[in-house]
Amino acid sequence: MLNKNLFTINEEEKPTREGFGEGLLSIGKDERVMALCADLTDSVKMNLFKKEYPKRFFEMGITEQAMSGVASGMASMGYVPFIASYAMFSPGRNWEQIRTTICYNNQPVKIIGAHAGVSVGPDGATHQAIEDIALMRVIPNMNVFVPCDYIEAREITKTMLDFNHPAYIRLTRENTPVILDENYKFFLGKAYIIHLPKKEFNYRVGIISCGPVIYEAMKAARLLEKEGIGVTVVNMPTVKPLDTSFLLRFVKNVQSLVTVEEHQVAGGLGSAVAEFLSEHHPMKIVRVGIEDRFGQSGKMKDLYEEYGLTAKHIVEKVKSVIV
Amino acid sequence: MNSLTDVEVKALTLRAEDIRENIIKMLLSAGSGHTAGPLGMADIFTCLYFRLLNHNPKHPAWNQRDRVILSNGHIAPVLYATLAFAGYFPVGELKTLRAFGTRLQGHPHRESLPGLETTSGPLGCGLSQAIGMALIDKFEEHKPDRYFYCLMGDGEMDEGQVWESFLLLGKNKLNKVISIIDRNTIQIDGFTEDVLPLEPLKDKLESFNLNVIEIDGHNFRDIAGAVWQAKSILNKPTVIIAHTIPGRGVKDFEGNFNWHGKAPNEEEAKEALKELRSFRGKVTHSGD
Repeated sequence: MLNKNLFTINEEEKPTREGFGEGLLSIGKDERVMALCADLTDSVKMNLFKKEYPKRFFEMGITEQAMSGVASGMASMGYVPFIASYAMFSPGRNWEQIRTTICYNNQPVKIIGAHAGVSVGPDGATHQAIEDIALMRVIPNMNVFVPCDYIEAREITKTMLDFNHPAYIRLTRENTPVILDENYKFFLGKAYIIHLPKKEFNYRVGIISCGPVIYEAMKAARLLEKEGIGVTVVNMPTVKPLDTSFLLRFVKNVQSLVTVEEHQVAGGLGSAVAEFLSEHHPMKIVRVGIEDRFGQSGKMKDLYEEYGLTAKHIVEKVKSVIV
Repeated sequence: MNSLTDVEVKALTLRAEDIRENIIKMLLSAGSGHTAGPLGMADIFTCLYFRLLNHNPKHPAWNQRDRVILSNGHIAPVLYATLAFAGYFPVGELKTLRAFGTRLQGHPHRESLPGLETTSGPLGCGLSQAIGMALIDKFEEHKPDRYFYCLMGDGEMDEGQVWESFLLLGKNKLNKVISIIDRNTIQIDGFTEDVLPLEPLKDKLESFNLNVIEIDGHNFRDIAGAVWQAKSILNKPTVIIAHTIPGRGVKDFEGNFNWHGKAPNEEEAKEALKELRSFRGKVTHSGD
């Protein structure tokens, strides 16, 4: 399941948005697929679909609010519309339209939020959506997906063709490691273990993560193993609906839990996990994420450092739960 | 098409009165809701559902149907009353408006009730959905002859999303979208021209590459004539500015913005129904 070059000098890198673009192109042969974009076609990689299926590509201009409604109207006619922009603008600006016109109206529109997280870098805080998971997961009928790499983004996108519900897919701009291999199969709603410690340890910590930042979590787990701490890393690409049965099984085998995401610690994956476990299996949980701050300009590497998203920070957080 | 006959106009007038009476009754039993807009739009809804639309209340999901997209969801009582008289659900159910467990939610919820095309309430959302439907209609090769009627309030012209949608409507030349703006000049805080002036509305819309027709929204011949004209214009989408009197039919309500968002009490409802029935008597007993 894992890419054989992961953690080697031959490690490959691709952005998740590219996986989306290729996934959309591959399901594009189905006539029901419609692609709508708010003036960012190349950037969100809808250009691949546009070139192949120009009649089913719709340039909307910078109308995120109207675009949500147009897509809802298309879905009501039996089609599968994907709307794409930067996450800060969709679902950032058009939240109420998504709530009323897509979710309460229950039309299966797919919302593609690209350039999410601080990793978008130099554009600065105005363009760094770090609240989008929270915004989407509180709306009934909405489903939330956060792919960890190019492959997972592609496979999630392909799954959307026959997923007859509203959905949000969170994408990122930068090249990030290709973690999974070509044979990876995405199971909607399922979490899975992406890293297991090589041997049995006395103290076992679980890390639950989503998105490309999971690479840092996996790196942290490898470092911790050398120090005698066993860490299992779980990928949770479906943030909503939360895979609660997996969680209940998983937490029986670990003594404490750390969540890692490139999002505000309020309202994201860590919140979702903590909300559920506090009621069903109370335990020590530490959340790694952005702590009630805005982002800023800089390179991804510098920003991960500043906002505590690197393997080094995760190592510290894991140690903090081992008392 | 020429014009409605006198017999048709009389029948539509009486049907609109049924709808107005039921709007008053529904609002009374609900104890809250919007009065002015529903009364003002009763003639347009009647003309659409009982003369102009291609629809089938026995098969609400019939693919060839014309779609009515109600953008200003707060005038739901007129939509509900019209749908009930058209046969989508029993007229007796109208009295459940806004009650716990009702299919007649305070603002329309598509999945709750047959005949609803969209869910609406927050303003400015309807036109973009009509555009989405019409883009699909344009894309489909073997398509039935169907139209997409978007009904909007003038107050909601304040919303930015409406103007995004007008841009998209003009760009895509969606002539099968027929927009009808209820130009009743009131909104919650007062007259539209005091709250946020819209005039010259016709010029604004024309500058978006739209065909604009202004009509008396209480004249059935005007309403039908404008829709037929809209269907005959193929190179531009049409927007009909329907001048209406909010609260139409009840003198105390007419033109008074205080009636935008409240329901009549028992005494007020009694007086209103008396006035509507006396009007019905005049229509019924006037010569054909």
